[in-house]
Amino acid sequence: MSASTLRGLMALALALVMPAAHAHLTQTGFGEFYDGMAHLAVSPMDLLLVLAAGLLAGLAGIPAARFTVLALPAAWLAGGLLAQRWPGLAGGEFIGLVPLVLTAALVALDARLRPAGLRVLVVGAGLIHGAANGAAMTAAGAGALSVLGAATAVVVFVTLLAAESTRAVAGWPRVLVRVMGSWITAAGILMFGWLLHAAR
Amino acid sequence: MKRLHCPPGPTALRWLLAAGAAALPLAALAHTDGAEAAGFLSGLAHPVSGLDHVLAMVAVGLWGAVLGAPALWILPVAFPVMMAFGGLLGLAGLPVPGVEVGIALSGIVLGAAVLAQLRPGLVVATLLVAVFAVFHGHAHGTELPAGASGLLYSLGFVIATGLLHGVGILIGEARRWGFGQRLIRTAGGGVAAAGVFFLWRALA
Repeated sequence: MSASTLRGLMALALALVMPAAHAHLTQTGFGEFYDGMAHLAVSPMDLLLVLAAGLLAGLAGIPAARFTVLALPAAWLAGGLLAQRWPGLAGGEFIGLVPLVLTAALVALDARLRPAGLRVLVVGAGLIHGAANGAAMTAAGAGALSVLGAATAVVVFVTLLAAESTRAVAGWPRVLVRVMGSWITAAGILMFGWLLHAAR
Repeated sequence: MKRLHCPPGPTALRWLLAAGAAALPLAALAHTDGAEAAGFLSGLAHPVSGLDHVLAMVAVGLWGAVLGAPALWILPVAFPVMMAFGGLLGLAGLPVPGVEVGIALSGIVLGAAVLAQLRPGLVVATLLVAVFAVFHGHAHGTELPAGASGLLYSLGFVIATGLLHGVGILIGEARRWGFGQRLIRTAGGGVAAAGVFFLWRALA
């Protein structure tokens, strides 16, 4: 890799990395683990990503669903723990929107992804969103237990969603899943617009 | 392009005129009255605040019902994504010429397609709906106020649009009954008539 390419990549990375997400962590009163679990439920971008990933995994079939219900939370946990150690790893909302829109668009298109492609997407999405969680939780003074709580919530949600959407083999259930994918895609694209608007 | 040869009778025309008159709004159109992006419910309410948007969305569903599968669900899948793209352009400050005219034309064309039971190919129908979606999205994108709950607002906005398509599809299901075809064509004519009014307003 030439020096100019390296400089270009570094500049792109710096441009994409936004300041860490605003510190906010729901206080359940039951401790950090449950605070982390609740965090997913009140974070629309995370929740929509888990929804889209669950739907995509279900549409892709049982092997893909099995991989996703394990890999997405594991990557989420890894990203969260890494970002708690190095908060600079966490990207901003722009970065978080990329896997969200991509995953949801694949659901809307009912795309037949190769297994390797799905794995990269699921692990990448988990790492990115987990890192954003980890950085936010650190900023809020929460520790690793909160990240573990968030990853546990991801397990619950993605398992339920993947199990349901796996049954949507054909007909109207599959159409409904695709419609949901298009809605999430559209909301994500609009969110890009909001961020661009705010940055102007 | 196939066309069903069944011109509207006098009764249908009376219904058409009545629907057109009922559809005349006192004021235009798709759009907030200084509402803030407070969240999901605000987004949900935004698309139904303008008759031009509502009628076009319902017409998309109606036309999907006329076209049948797979257009029945491809149009409602394509529309929100392209509408969001238009919204992105609007939020980013990128101009799209003739937005209000495009919105009015969407009512005329989609309504006329339902009235005349036009059945073009899937690609043509999808492209047509996608182009109109950009106009609708841009109009809303330039009007959406920034807020803390942008994603929820957007989601509510998109879901409301999708539900309006659903209303059109449900109305379109009336084709299974004897009076259904006439009802659907009357509804299409009403949308087209309203579109003419919106066009007149846009050009005035």
